[in-house]
Amino acid sequence: MSINATLIGQMITFALLVWFTMKYIWPPLFDSLEERRKKIAEGLAAAEKGQEEMQLAEKKAKSYLKEAKTQSAEIVSLAQKRANEIVEESKDAAKKEGERLVLAARAQVEQEMQQAKDGLRQEVAKLALIAAEQILGAEIDAAKHQDIINNVSNQLG
Amino acid sequence: MATEAHAAEGATGYIIHHLTALRVGEGFWSLHLDTLFFSAVLGGLFVWFFKTAADKATAGVPGLAQSFAEMLIEFVDTQVKDSFHGHSKLIAPLALTIFCWVFLWNFMDLFPVDILPLIGSLMGIDYLRVVPSTDLNATFAMSISVFFLIIFYSIKIKGVWGFTKELTLQPFGPWLLPFNLLLKLVEELAKPISLALRLFGNLYAGELIFILIALLPWYIQPVLSFPWAIFHILIITLQAFIFMVLTIVYLSMAHEDH
Repeated sequence: MSINATLIGQMITFALLVWFTMKYIWPPLFDSLEERRKKIAEGLAAAEKGQEEMQLAEKKAKSYLKEAKTQSAEIVSLAQKRANEIVEESKDAAKKEGERLVLAARAQVEQEMQQAKDGLRQEVAKLALIAAEQILGAEIDAAKHQDIINNVSNQLG
Repeated sequence: MATEAHAAEGATGYIIHHLTALRVGEGFWSLHLDTLFFSAVLGGLFVWFFKTAADKATAGVPGLAQSFAEMLIEFVDTQVKDSFHGHSKLIAPLALTIFCWVFLWNFMDLFPVDILPLIGSLMGIDYLRVVPSTDLNATFAMSISVFFLIIFYSIKIKGVWGFTKELTLQPFGPWLLPFNLLLKLVEELAKPISLALRLFGNLYAGELIFILIALLPWYIQPVLSFPWAIFHILIITLQAFIFMVLTIVYLSMAHEDH
């Protein structure tokens, strides 16, 4: 159990081992541990943040949806109003057109009636003349009795 | 060579033979080749394993070797952080080296006591003591290195004057200066001696019991050596742990300024 120079040799070996560990072994392994720890912490933080953001986005989406709903309701009511207006307008237009058509038809009818009256008047005058000829048995001079004919036809009108 | 071992025969001779180191040289300037060789090989093993792990170290998913190395690193780092509150680049790697190296030394204890000496004798080596921690030189080399570090850090942190004051003025004040100095010297010197002798004693005794078991008839041996080996797994880890923790504690004491 003698203490001898082995002690010195062992101390040198020990010093070398400690130096090597300190220089080449501890730092990289410890750094990788620290880095991983940081990564995990970052990942957890990111996950939390993501969740928060999701909640926020959900809230936002809800509010957007609400807005869209009210907007669409507005649009629909506006469109209905507009449609009613259009219907009213077209109704008015149709009424006016109809009235116009009726007026035109009435005017035409009157005109045609006038024409027919005129025609009939002349026809009647002619007939009266013929009838008078028959009755009188003599020829009536149309030129001579123009005044009478005119008078009669005027009375007929 | 260790002449005292040659004389005895039988059981005593067997025991002495197993506990004799392979020694060259005479007097103080002699070397225990087996201690030097095995501790260097084990140190190389430790360094090689950790270096491979460190070279491949990533912050991503670690491999098996890296996981194991990181587990030890975490373990040592926790111990250091628990008792040492300063900032030092040396202490944690030092503690890791001590823990792993002492563990590997002690682990040699679990090899069957005859196998490596037998291989040695086939190679023409007469004496082979395979457990470095059963050599006082090995345990004292480590504890004295730690002792030097304690002195070094005491002076570095507190200054020569501060360290001198701590040695002389505590615990009883300036009027009992010689007594204080004596107490402090005993306290400081007890650190390396207790560190070395604790490890040496545990492992020496453990090895001795393995050797004694090996002397029994072969059919009894497993019954005894198996539980003793299992118990020893605890012992070798515990001793390595104690050496490491005490080193950390001593060095943190050296760092504390009163």
